[in-house]
Amino acid sequence: MTEREWKRKSAPARTETEVADDAPATSERGDKIKAELDDLMDEIDEVLEDNAEEFVRNYVQKGGQ
Amino acid sequence: MATVKVCGIETEYGIHVPGGDGNPITASSLLVNAYATQADRRTGWDFEDETPANDARGFSREGTMAPVVETHLANTVLTNGARYYVDHAHPEYSSPECADPLTCVLYDKAGEEVLRRSMRAAAQLFPDAPTPVVYKNNSDGKGNSYGCHENYLMDRDVPFTKVAAAIVPHFVTRQLYAGAGKVGAETPALDRDRVHFQISQRAEFFEEVIGLETTLKRPIVNTRDEPHADPRRFRRLHVIVGDANLSEIATFLKIGTTSLVLSMVEDDVAPSRDLTPADPVRAMHEVSTDLSLERPITMADGSTATALGIQWELYTAARKYADHFGLACLGNEHVAEQVLERWEHVLHGLEQDPASLDHELDWVAKRKLVEAYRERHGCGWSDGRLAALDLQYHDLRPERSLYARLGLERLVDDESVVRAVTVPPAETRAWFRGQCLTRWPDAVVTANWDSLVFDLGTDPLRRVPMMDPLRGTAAHTQALLDASATPAQLLEKLSA
Repeated sequence: MTEREWKRKSAPARTETEVADDAPATSERGDKIKAELDDLMDEIDEVLEDNAEEFVRNYVQKGGQ
Repeated sequence: MATVKVCGIETEYGIHVPGGDGNPITASSLLVNAYATQADRRTGWDFEDETPANDARGFSREGTMAPVVETHLANTVLTNGARYYVDHAHPEYSSPECADPLTCVLYDKAGEEVLRRSMRAAAQLFPDAPTPVVYKNNSDGKGNSYGCHENYLMDRDVPFTKVAAAIVPHFVTRQLYAGAGKVGAETPALDRDRVHFQISQRAEFFEEVIGLETTLKRPIVNTRDEPHADPRRFRRLHVIVGDANLSEIATFLKIGTTSLVLSMVEDDVAPSRDLTPADPVRAMHEVSTDLSLERPITMADGSTATALGIQWELYTAARKYADHFGLACLGNEHVAEQVLERWEHVLHGLEQDPASLDHELDWVAKRKLVEAYRERHGCGWSDGRLAALDLQYHDLRPERSLYARLGLERLVDDESVVRAVTVPPAETRAWFRGQCLTRWPDAVVTANWDSLVFDLGTDPLRRVPMMDPLRGTAAHTQALLDASATPAQLLEKLSA
């Protein structure tokens, strides 16, 4: 499944299970989920290691078990 | 009847010193020693009965194993019954023996708290030096892996070959819920240009179906035969195939489902068909890289099945097993019933809409995070920020942990975790070990899984064997401990 399909597949299934038949509630919930994800992304932009490339490059481990 | 699946988890943590190219063994020792100093815990580990080169298939390779780097200076036993030490340039926490999967989750989480306290203790001891940071993951993204091992108590009478054959299908497919997720691929086993996200951190590091090694040519079934208990009655299945999980649900299912499948082997209950893949190693890699969850696996009998199909077969057999044999094999029937319910729930979820499990499973939560980040910043898969997100998901510092920000469902509360940092589980011999260390830290000179050594200051050192993991519990020893004002009195009563 490509990334696009992943999103497409997940979205309708979720609204189907969560919501009865009134459309406004659906979009309200959808908006809420989107808003939460946006807040999360804002937070992550703040806490993600500065200079991610360098952090990833320097994260080298000795092999273990 | 199946032996109660006493279980435990050993985690080798990733360690990184920001801004430094420090020696990881030194950094790991610093954490363990800082914690031991802060907790005033100086009882060392006793290597007397360690036999990691014994093979469950009936031979020993003593002298032919690669030398193990052990730092005896940083090797402690905690009052919760755990071992905390430096292994292979990583800090490692080996949980105490737990009698059921939920207790195992609790003591695994207590291990994370021990590592967090270690970082704080190191920062206090050396305020001017950069503090090492620990990551609960299994690889550095550059082809180096370190393990999260599980251990299960089993009946010695069941032939090992039978256990190995029966557990392979489960180990190939349980990553569907026990995988911790990973951005990209890093070994020659996979095509790095095509694999952008995997279900498992560890899967691609496995190269053999069965064997004794743990650091090279890793096998799906590890044959180390070192029971840490009476070898005539017990076996300890040492499982090296799993990912380190932050999700409590994932840990609970990993331990619970494996305990059930192993109990079924002991009670001679098999799924309705042979579930062995024709090429288990290849199947394991394919399951990890198939995000559609629909790719068929070629089976040994020539048929095909999906990983989910194999898990449904195992679940159905386990449900039937529970109906006939009960669930005492998991140490707690109520907890075992929760395992079965959750198992069914996640298989349904994976089938209908994997994204619906984003508050339960690590790989699903991490995937959501990575996809949302890609969408916001329009980055390609080779963007270093995605690899950074992956690593930082596993960062144990509360202010940096991305796992913590995703708000996954919990099974144990913080208060219980804090208690489990110092108080041992009551239902196994870990209780006796931990209580003796709490009461008489100066008299217990060394400890290991199956014995304690006391120095009473007069006699020669006295070894107390604990060869049955289900004895030495609170129920067995609390009265004895309470009636002993000194370790001498305790030993007197024990030898009476």
